[in-house]
Amino acid sequence: MKRLSLSQAFWFLLRRDLLLALRNRSELANPLLFFVLVITLFPLAVGAEPNLLARIAPGIIWVAALLASMLSLDAIFRSDFEDGTLEQMLLSAHPVPVLVLAKVTAHWLVTGLPLLLVAPLLAMMLGLDEDAYGILLLTILLGTPVLSLIGSIGVALTIGLRKGGIILSLLVLPLYVPVLIFSASAIDAAAGGLSVSAQLSMMMAFLFLSLSLSPVATAAALKMSMS
Amino acid sequence: MSALLQTSDLTCVKDDRVLFENLNLSLSEGQILLVEGKNGSGKTSLLRILTGLNLPESGEVLWQGQPISEVGPEYYEQVNYVGHHDGIKRDLTCLENLRLVQAMGKPMPIDLDDALDKVNLYRFGDNFVATLSAGQKRRLALARLVVTEAKLWIMDEPFTSLDKASMAMFQEMFEKHLANGGVIVMTSHHDIEMKNSDVVRLNLSE
Repeated sequence: MKRLSLSQAFWFLLRRDLLLALRNRSELANPLLFFVLVITLFPLAVGAEPNLLARIAPGIIWVAALLASMLSLDAIFRSDFEDGTLEQMLLSAHPVPVLVLAKVTAHWLVTGLPLLLVAPLLAMMLGLDEDAYGILLLTILLGTPVLSLIGSIGVALTIGLRKGGIILSLLVLPLYVPVLIFSASAIDAAAGGLSVSAQLSMMMAFLFLSLSLSPVATAAALKMSMS
Repeated sequence: MSALLQTSDLTCVKDDRVLFENLNLSLSEGQILLVEGKNGSGKTSLLRILTGLNLPESGEVLWQGQPISEVGPEYYEQVNYVGHHDGIKRDLTCLENLRLVQAMGKPMPIDLDDALDKVNLYRFGDNFVATLSAGQKRRLALARLVVTEAKLWIMDEPFTSLDKASMAMFQEMFEKHLANGGVIVMTSHHDIEMKNSDVVRLNLSE
């Protein structure tokens, strides 16, 4: 029998990871819960003054999204590393970057996409300008995959370390900063009624750049970590 | 007969200790290499170098005369590696695990229930791996040998936590594989008796 085609292998691994996520629902809810809790804490801490909250809403939402993404990063490869399935993945006849992309896609569907669904509710709570809702969703849609993709490189580099948590944050956070700057700025501009095409173009560029390059880097980093 | 798997001047250094130096091996169809040696003598390292997971300090591993780094996917299609870790997911059922194994390699045209039967796990197909015993998990890990078509089996202590009956069963399976022109490289602390096969022994402690 011939081995699966590349796209079949991609979908197979994607489905497997989604199934595993479904069977560990508590882990699945973790980043989402964190995202919601952090954002609800802000009005309590800085006071419920509508103008102030509306002003800082883009920043709050994006910083929370960034931290929520960081929180869940380790899960991309951790369990596979520990039970040896990652080893088997590297020994597969399929190109490793494609398998990596499948895993990162599954991770984003499980941790990034839910943020997209609750973000409008939280934006409403913070009193964000209504004109900015669409742009908020668009930045999350474009930005969170970038976070997962960049994060996967960091996780792959630190997976072999026993206490890689701090190094992972130091490695990954600086690379997250451009996404944070451009997305918060886009939402700000949209709330002020300005054009956001420049910011969105930049974010799209980030997405395509990381989509094409990060799986290759992650695969190479995994090979290094496993040896 | 031409050699399938060869190593040329393989040297492995770990933490400034030389584990083995200038190792030259040659295995052809139907041969089994038993790697022996004390703990920490480099058995696992050698096996991982043969799979390409680790890189040697110097030297090369050749598959049909070509370095494995150049052969790429065609080599990985021919290799089945069973390491220290079972490489199966706790939260999947036995059947789901086997399907995953098949998806990652070159599937053997075999009914998966029959495959489970071959490793004495019939009726466990829909059980989650988390509920299996250590020996059952090991047998499921070894089931990858049955469900994929690979010529070279590389196994690190395949008999860990297996009972005597299972050990005999797998030895029989190994002999069959060798008789069909396969090649096996394995480490084991158990006494292996394969009278009908061409056994090559390598002791890394000497």
